[in-house]
Amino acid sequence: MSTEPKITVATAWLDGCSGCHMSFLDLDERLIELVAQVEIVYSPLVDAKELPEQVDVGILEGSISSEDDLEKARLFRERCKLLISLGDCAVTGNVPAMRNHFKLADVFDRAYRENVTLQPQIPTRNVPALLTPVKPVHGEVKVDVFVPGCPPSADAIWAVLSELIAGRVPDPNAVTRFGA
Amino acid sequence: MPRPTPQPNVRVVTLRIDDRDLSAREDETLIEVCRENRIPIPSLCHLDGLSVWGGCRLCMVEIAGQGRLVAACSTRVAEGMVVQTDTERLRHYRRTIVELLFAERNHVCSVCVSNGHCELQSLAQRCGVDHVHLPYRQVPYPVDSSHEMFRLDHNRCILCTRCVRVCDEIEGAHTWDVMGRGSDCRVITDLARPWGESETCTSCGKCVQVCPTGALVKQGTSAGEMVKDQHFLPILARRRHAQ
Repeated sequence: MSTEPKITVATAWLDGCSGCHMSFLDLDERLIELVAQVEIVYSPLVDAKELPEQVDVGILEGSISSEDDLEKARLFRERCKLLISLGDCAVTGNVPAMRNHFKLADVFDRAYRENVTLQPQIPTRNVPALLTPVKPVHGEVKVDVFVPGCPPSADAIWAVLSELIAGRVPDPNAVTRFGA
Repeated sequence: MPRPTPQPNVRVVTLRIDDRDLSAREDETLIEVCRENRIPIPSLCHLDGLSVWGGCRLCMVEIAGQGRLVAACSTRVAEGMVVQTDTERLRHYRRTIVELLFAERNHVCSVCVSNGHCELQSLAQRCGVDHVHLPYRQVPYPVDSSHEMFRLDHNRCILCTRCVRVCDEIEGAHTWDVMGRGSDCRVITDLARPWGESETCTSCGKCVQVCPTGALVKQGTSAGEMVKDQHFLPILARRRHAQ
């Protein structure tokens, strides 16, 4: 057993579809290689409920669309040495940001009244308030590495993570692009 | 605008591009010489077979002894010219231009019918644009779906005017033109009438094929399905100019 401390990684999804996390799971057998060097300390994929005080690498999927997203992004920035925007929603705003062309009230009406047949109502309890405009993560906090793609392929995620683990600066443009 | 036909007795000049000694006909432009010699020059408005526009500014190069940058598509070669096409300064400007294009309108690549076949998208990747530093303008632009075969999405238009030029110079219909200024600038059909009501459009589809992005596409295409074919252009252009 290696005694070297593992690199700690935390992930979260903000306003995204979880596709980037699914793509991460598509690393398949490489996940075993990954966990030999990396410990996932906080993520929708593990049980931990609290983000540790200090994390080496933070990975954010999704754009900043609500107060909760904003709070999470700020907390990740505060506690992670290196912050990665994973996927087009985090990098560009992508599909969630398409609601920026409409008034928030119209968006609510469309989602919770016009298309609802039973008890149309706008949820107010236990849901975070939506923000306008929807922003990419770097629109609110400093981001160190950008991995575009919708979603970035498992190969692209692997290329970026293995470069980081090896202590090098990754070049995501060599392996992925907007909309990939 | 017909291109000047090459004269029979054109002289040859020698010049240096990226530390390579090259020779070229004196009536050639820098971008033509670079492309012949496989020196990559990014461009979104230039297209072999259409007149020179010089609008996108992505093909800017440095010429020794000149402080200002020049567009390779609209600059003729000259004897003894020393050109650099890929300096840090140029790369910085190119990245910024591409980012400005993404920030101005709404290029949501993931849901675009041209996803994977878009010149703006692949140029962003090649120029090292992995995010846009500037805030997005977030202003919606109209979509014209009135034509039975084609669709125009102003959100994805970069105003390269390839559609305007191919329609005028190759098809000879001049359905397309440009109106407005700044961020209100847009391509129009006839006198800003819906495309489907155009009396001049021949529905040939050349504008769709030369459009570098998902601004002009075929109706009925879904995300990533719009593949364009520009092979017809140099052939038709040669025949046009031979007339």
